[in-house]
Amino acid sequence: MCVSNEAAVREVCERFDHDRTRLLDVVREVDERLRCVDDRSMDAIARELKVPRADVEGVVSFYSFLSTKDKGEITIRVCNDVVDRMKGGDEVAAAFEQALGVPFGGGVGRGSAGAGKGGVDGGDIEGGVSLEYTSCIGMCDQAPAALVNDVVVTRLTPSAARTIVRKLKDRSGSEDLRTLLADSFGDGNNSHDLVRSMVENSIRRAGEVVLAPYESDAGLTNAFSSSPQEVIRVIKASRLRGRGGAGFPAGVKWEHTRAAAGDQKYIICNADEGEPGTFKDRVILTERAHLMFDGMTIAGYAIGATQGIVYLRAEYAYLRHFLDDVLAARRRDGRLGSGLADGFSFDIQIRMGAGAYVCGEETALIESLEGKRGQPRFKPPFPAVKGYLGKPTCVNNVETFCCVARIFEKGSAWFSSIGSAGSSGTKVLSISGDCHRPGIYEVPFGVSLRDVLALCGATDVAAVQVGGPSGRMVPPADFDRTLCYDDLATGGALIVFNQGRDLIDIASQYLGFFIHESCGYCTPCRVGNTLLKERIDRIRDGHGHPSDLDYLKELSSTITTASRCGLGWTSPNPVTSLITGFPELLEQRIPLDPSNNGTGFDLETSLRKAGQDSGLPSYEMEV
Amino acid sequence: MSSHEVTLFIDGKEIQANKDVTVLEAAEENGIYIPRLCWLKGLSPFGACRVCLVRANGRPQPACTQRVMDGMVVDNDTEELRGIRRNIIDMIFVEGNHFCMFCEKSGNCELQAMAYRHGITAPKYPFLFPQKAVDASHPDVLIDRNRCILCSRCVRASKEQDGKGVFGFTGRSIDKRLAVSSGEGLAGTTLDVDDEAVSACPVGCLMKKRVGYAIPVGERRYDQEPIGSDIESVAANKGGE
Repeated sequence: MCVSNEAAVREVCERFDHDRTRLLDVVREVDERLRCVDDRSMDAIARELKVPRADVEGVVSFYSFLSTKDKGEITIRVCNDVVDRMKGGDEVAAAFEQALGVPFGGGVGRGSAGAGKGGVDGGDIEGGVSLEYTSCIGMCDQAPAALVNDVVVTRLTPSAARTIVRKLKDRSGSEDLRTLLADSFGDGNNSHDLVRSMVENSIRRAGEVVLAPYESDAGLTNAFSSSPQEVIRVIKASRLRGRGGAGFPAGVKWEHTRAAAGDQKYIICNADEGEPGTFKDRVILTERAHLMFDGMTIAGYAIGATQGIVYLRAEYAYLRHFLDDVLAARRRDGRLGSGLADGFSFDIQIRMGAGAYVCGEETALIESLEGKRGQPRFKPPFPAVKGYLGKPTCVNNVETFCCVARIFEKGSAWFSSIGSAGSSGTKVLSISGDCHRPGIYEVPFGVSLRDVLALCGATDVAAVQVGGPSGRMVPPADFDRTLCYDDLATGGALIVFNQGRDLIDIASQYLGFFIHESCGYCTPCRVGNTLLKERIDRIRDGHGHPSDLDYLKELSSTITTASRCGLGWTSPNPVTSLITGFPELLEQRIPLDPSNNGTGFDLETSLRKAGQDSGLPSYEMEV
Repeated sequence: MSSHEVTLFIDGKEIQANKDVTVLEAAEENGIYIPRLCWLKGLSPFGACRVCLVRANGRPQPACTQRVMDGMVVDNDTEELRGIRRNIIDMIFVEGNHFCMFCEKSGNCELQAMAYRHGITAPKYPFLFPQKAVDASHPDVLIDRNRCILCSRCVRASKEQDGKGVFGFTGRSIDKRLAVSSGEGLAGTTLDVDDEAVSACPVGCLMKKRVGYAIPVGERRYDQEPIGSDIESVAANKGGE
């Protein structure tokens, strides 16, 4: 595959009207059809869209799911998130590698090299196969998981991996991967004809706001019976704050966007949940799409927008057709389109990401929607004034829009009576790791961490990662703290670690995540995270020096202070929360009388590694 | 003071500035040098290197993108900010492969000069020794990515001044690299040796071929005086008025 096909490229460019702001959609589609965007395709795209060729390469190389090199017909992306590895992901990865005979990131194979060795008999995977690691794909409650092209496979074991390879070899050309790879489909809409996924919702506790049944469009009707200004007043009265993590008051954001001058305004739904350990938006999108779309429509009415966009992460591409179908139904039912209320027209489209955590940052998301590298913008101007295509834009999280619709169904007083004083409503939590009942829990704000741990059946807990790696690793002494904006603020990810886990190694893995996902725009985030990991790894491996703690603190402070966006402001958190919450752990690991004299250099290990690298017989140290 | 002017304070010194300028420009007009690498006069600000980081009313912001505001209090030459700048300069050194003693740019290099100004003789961070490609395909211009600091000055100059778009970036995070608008290397682009993009490079990444060592090492710009001296000498002259 990946024969550059100029006709195909031209056709794709034509379909997007040669609009350079659709560059990401163009390269995504070329990548999907030709299984890569090679040099000649990039040349052709640059010519067709009249953009510098370096800009095309800039976009293709920025997103993890796009490739300049042939990927073959099938790409298997194994999730290497901390939780996946806790649940046996390394063994699964090894099984894939062995059964396919293709190393990770090692180009395209046909699967035949694995014959005999991995327990999978000969035969080719037609069109070739490639194997990659990928950051959290939002399946931590059913880890280990992987993507086979767009198809999610969960609860993997080494033998399940071998079965998948077997099935891919036996597959007849046109057979639907979804049916082929799943023995049975998951609950709820996961079994919907347009989803057909083995993913499970694992809703353990449905609260009254987001996950309660929602059949009517009561919220929408009530909102339309008020003026837009009144709608904003209601949202402000409800004290609704953004559910993505930052917690900005939704009503204030709307007010600014409404007040901003602009002939065209946009509502954007941020469905790019990439924070490791977060998967609540996936479940909301699957089960409460109408609630969310109602919320977006109400927001559009309030700020005077005519167009809504859902930016859906590439990992959730399997939900795309289902969501498009929901939107089509809404157009048929008159819940989208023209004349919704007193001259108000509104439509919603789904746009795809391509594998970049940083695009969860709202201005990076907008850049991405405009067909560029997902690099955050300078603020000010804020999106409310100058957002998508330079127009006033309001970006809210999936869950926030759901709250909006429910507020108009039940009233702002009802909503603000739930939760705690400073944080009204509920929070949908994604809980995973070392607990008996991982899954989705919708709880009122103000609940203590201890109570949540009891709910999910977590015992023997050494630490909880609240808010994912960009949040905090919380020690048991702080388990009576509460989940709310004024105490432990979180986008909803809770990852539980038991006493048997190496928390220093977990911090190192999270730094690895940030290194992978930094956009690389500013120096402190681009370089600093790599330097943090180098030193934390040294400590993890027992070669630390007491002075390393001050080094890490100072380096963390530089990254946090000098970085350009939220990624760099929070990426040192795995390190700083270890230092503040678990100092004894680090001190225990740092040798009191370091035989390495603080050089961090271990002669024995280095000689052994040099011996292995050179292929010479192993060198035994005489002490 | 006209209505277009604002008053602000940089390290306690009261200055007047046009309301449309950035903190960096306002400082410069008043003889205060704020260290910078990715900023270049005539190009749109980029705010990427973070060397010009100041605290504007307490908030860390790059001086090159932060607009002045009336009454704004700016910290520039503080212990905290000097420390952050040293760390950032260190980071830039260790993420590349910089060998000043073998580099034709030595003495004219803004990165080297910035290190000297901040008292850095060797970085405190471990060298990362990355693999970075050299592109010698163009007849007149060489790219040595080992020395690239990803400042985007060539990227912006090519787009904004040369009207070409010869340069861009590929990859992300620590694997981000300078890219050119051709699959065949720099020779496949429309770059001309006299393009602004070539002279915009602050380090020895974009080098003109066959013109090296015209001025002996030791007699070059920053061998004579520290970087920023030209700006600060304005202050000295003003002080004498």
